[in-house]
Amino acid sequence: MEILKIDDVSLIYQTNDAETQALQNVNLSIEDGEFVAIIGPSGCGKTTILTLISGLMKPTSGAIYLDGKKIDKPVGDIGYMLQRDHLFAWRTILSNALLGPELQKKKTPETVEYVNGLIEKYGLGEFKKAYPRQLSGGMRQRAALIRTLAYRPKILLLDEPFSALDYQTRLSVCDDVHRIIKSEKKTAVLVTHDISEAISLADRIVVLSKRPATVKKVYTPNIEGTPLKRREDESFSRWFDVIYKDVST
Amino acid sequence: MKKRTLREQYLFDKKKDKLIILAIQIAVLVLFFGLWELLAQTGAIDSFITSCPSRMLKTLKLLARQDLFKHMGITLLECVCGFVLATLLGTIIAILLWWSKTLRKVLEPYLVVLNSLPKIALGPIIIIWLGAGYQAIITMTVLICIIVTIMSVLAGFMECDEDKILLMRAMGANKFQILFKLLLPSSLPNLISVLKINVGLSWVGVIMGEYLVSSAGLGYLIIYGGQVFKLDLVMASTAVLCLLAAIMYASVALLEKYVKKSR
Repeated sequence: MEILKIDDVSLIYQTNDAETQALQNVNLSIEDGEFVAIIGPSGCGKTTILTLISGLMKPTSGAIYLDGKKIDKPVGDIGYMLQRDHLFAWRTILSNALLGPELQKKKTPETVEYVNGLIEKYGLGEFKKAYPRQLSGGMRQRAALIRTLAYRPKILLLDEPFSALDYQTRLSVCDDVHRIIKSEKKTAVLVTHDISEAISLADRIVVLSKRPATVKKVYTPNIEGTPLKRREDESFSRWFDVIYKDVST
Repeated sequence: MKKRTLREQYLFDKKKDKLIILAIQIAVLVLFFGLWELLAQTGAIDSFITSCPSRMLKTLKLLARQDLFKHMGITLLECVCGFVLATLLGTIIAILLWWSKTLRKVLEPYLVVLNSLPKIALGPIIIIWLGAGYQAIITMTVLICIIVTIMSVLAGFMECDEDKILLMRAMGANKFQILFKLLLPSSLPNLISVLKINVGLSWVGVIMGEYLVSSAGLGYLIIYGGQVFKLDLVMASTAVLCLLAAIMYASVALLEKYVKKSR
């Protein structure tokens, strides 16, 4: 079932100095439960696509549909995860995780139980009452993901969520995030400039062209398993070469 | 004697450093007043012009039997009123300016001008409009504190991470929620430092106000003492003023410690 449809979307930025076309006729359809990675040269407008999906900005032309409904303002059914965890320092992990339901006035006993369950299930049980500064970088990013899942968004948007972590942590958090998203059966759109990250996480990889960005190619690597397993797969480096050539030309 | 572990030695040294600093601080105070007294007693300085600690004490004792506490109370009340009003009003105005970008842009040059205007210049206007009473003094205090409050609180709001706001908006937060759940809690340290600045400024405002209009209060005592050339009264009142200001600052510092602990 199609959950997200980006229909012929273009975006033109206006600044004092100039008019910049960031996106040009972008078309993309994402299935329910799919993990899609968007990669492309830096500054090509990858993040812009996420901003448009979240409804925080409107496309100049074209439209985006979530579950068949046109998006024109943020309504809280989209989960955002950014480079930094942005947990609130003055809230405990549990209270941070409950931020979404609280904002949407859905903090029912049932939701609290659900969030408590997520925290337990993904190994942060003993840190429920702890403050973000007491957690390691990897744990904080996991907590940020739980906060994103807490209000049961229809789709997750991941904007380079691992790039602030050191390499070791990145690999394990990558695994964690993939496992959590798959076991919660969530649809996810990942934006990254790291090709191996894209191959190891995504079911489908969308390569964007230089600005004005448009969909240049779509790959379905079809490697099974966790991100770490995929990195060890014999076809991994082949895919890497193919996509690398695409991104750099 | 039992030998100290490395940790114990470290803690001991830290404590020792702290005690030494405290001892020197007290010594400076004692030396200052001691020297002052000594020079006055030996006639090296004219205690009619400079006063001296023993004469200040005598004046204070005398005043305490009359109306010292009334004067202290009035000044303290005016100061606290001005301080609280300026902080509250300033914060509310800062919130309004954050809320409306248009308002912020329109008022920016006015704020800059008002900030550099010496508020004492408004003294005559305040007296004519509000009368020569405590209202005028409190107004003066508020005027001196409020502009700085608005500017620093607003700067704190604007410093807030854009990504955090984006995250909240994506979750469906409205502007009220962004204000109360993100901006205010995240700028709490900034608000505390505004309080610290305002403690100092509100004393400036009160004493300036009392110089202008009052018939009671420590500022009045100082001005009156100066006019009748009773330097003992001037010095004694100034010392009491120092004490009150220190107590008020210490309370804010205590509040800061409490807030830091609870985060």
